[in-house]
Amino acid sequence: MSLISARNIDFSYTEKPVMENVSFSVEEGQIAAIIGPNGSGKTTLLKIINGTLFPDAGEMLIDGKDTKEWLRKEIAKKVAIVPQDISIIFPFYAEEIVLMGRFPHLNNYRFEDKNDYKIVFEAMEKTDTLAFARRRFNELSAGERQRVLIARALAQEPKVLLLDESTVFLDLKHQVQFLTLLRQLNASEQLTVIFVTHDINLAAQNADRIILLDCGKIYAIGNPAEVITAAHIKEVYDVESLIDRNPQNGLPRMTLLT
Amino acid sequence: MLKISALMLLIFFLLCLVSLSVGSFHIELSHLLRSLAKALTGSFSITSQEELIIFSIRLPRILFAGIVGAALSIGGVIFQALLRNPLADPYILGISGGSALGAIVGILIGASSFYLGVPLLAFCGALITVFLLFIVAGGTRGALWDNSLLLSGVVINAFFSAAILFFLSVVDSLELHSITFWLMGDLSRASLKEISVAAICLFAGFALLYGQARKLNLIVQGEETALHLGVDLEKTKPWLLILTSLIIAVVVSLAGIIGFIGIMVPHLMRLVFGSDHRLLLPAAALFGASFLVLADTLARVILAPAELPVGVITALCGAPYFIFLLKRKAT
Repeated sequence: MSLISARNIDFSYTEKPVMENVSFSVEEGQIAAIIGPNGSGKTTLLKIINGTLFPDAGEMLIDGKDTKEWLRKEIAKKVAIVPQDISIIFPFYAEEIVLMGRFPHLNNYRFEDKNDYKIVFEAMEKTDTLAFARRRFNELSAGERQRVLIARALAQEPKVLLLDESTVFLDLKHQVQFLTLLRQLNASEQLTVIFVTHDINLAAQNADRIILLDCGKIYAIGNPAEVITAAHIKEVYDVESLIDRNPQNGLPRMTLLT
Repeated sequence: MLKISALMLLIFFLLCLVSLSVGSFHIELSHLLRSLAKALTGSFSITSQEELIIFSIRLPRILFAGIVGAALSIGGVIFQALLRNPLADPYILGISGGSALGAIVGILIGASSFYLGVPLLAFCGALITVFLLFIVAGGTRGALWDNSLLLSGVVINAFFSAAILFFLSVVDSLELHSITFWLMGDLSRASLKEISVAAICLFAGFALLYGQARKLNLIVQGEETALHLGVDLEKTKPWLLILTSLIIAVVVSLAGIIGFIGIMVPHLMRLVFGSDHRLLLPAAALFGASFLVLADTLARVILAPAELPVGVITALCGAPYFIFLLKRKAT
């Protein structure tokens, strides 16, 4: 049984369909990338996976159980999402934001204990965010906010991590640090990662499996070599590209031709 | 956190003591303490004029002021969190007005002859307002929780004010005076029985709301964030709205409309203590209680032996503060 599996999903916000007959599955311990042009439904698909949105038709299964039947809190223990960016009107410290990642693990009247603080501390250590723990979240730069949100997701101790463009605002050092962290967690804790990105090379170099979306349909799905081809890129993105191999690992590498 | 709450509780008690002693009839502090000590040790009987004033006039009124202040402040905290807007409060959103209209209709149709008849109608008024808010602000995804809700509140509030004025202009003059005074907020009319009902509602409501404090922390960060982290919004939001409306409706139906506390107190507390609702809720409740006791004491003292409606005092402090907030938000 797959950890995450979508069966014939249709979805629309208004009349216009956003997702049509989408089926795929992601196994435990896999790293999967979702790519596609603007408006192809990448973020929507992430929200359907974690049960924030429900499909109009078809079913979205986590551990073989429909997301409609899961309690929100139970999903949040299993699946964490790092959103693109959030803005908060009320003042919160960065560490308070991370601490909120412990929410699904606590009862209404229980306060965080030593163990929760330890998990939060470690999550902030791994994401290099301890330096601004006591600064207001809204005063941080976009890249710093992104790292705080990553730390919050880690504090949830999820089995599945969903990332929505989570590296775009990160500088090179923190990108490398984050990708290394993901690989470590993937290897040591069988963390399953599904990430949405515009960066074809990021997907090609890091994912075991790539889902290429086009206008709410799956255009191609498979390993990087199968999905990242000049023909696919031309068809879906309408640009010319050169696909060669990374000499170190033999994975596809794209250069745009202008 | 406990320390802060304890300190604020202490401030509240000190204020109550001061408030007990001042007024058109001044009571010496030593005398006051002796009477209180006597009452606490159990041998309680009213033996002097002072004790009559303390125990049957001032103490119930002060306790009631505390309850109302706390309830309105908590209401402000919850509504501001739910709407993610620091300008929201039960008064601005028209929920107080809805309660008041319900209560006035109750008075006019003679519901006051039934036990809790008027508060019940006030509660219905508050609930109807909440539903109206939802309908007017539109039910499309996400669009519900922005400024349009606040604007709808203002519109609904204006409509209710008109309706209240209409009722005032058609009833006979004897009822008119009592209703008018009640609309400006009056803490002196509640009976001991009613005060106890309000106290029970407040404490029970607070205990239940406090359990939602961490959910509120997530909700203020946006509905999506709350959903992602495991808050069941479909259950939590109506629950919070109904619970808060109940508390507001009960105090408004007993004390009338006392504006601006619900907006000032939560905002001040947020400035001082930050946005964690586990601290914010008790802090706002205690500060709101203290603030209204102070305002009511002023209302009694300024023109003694005449009295001002307490709503006048809070609005005089609150309106300038509200403008200050708006200005600050604009920049």
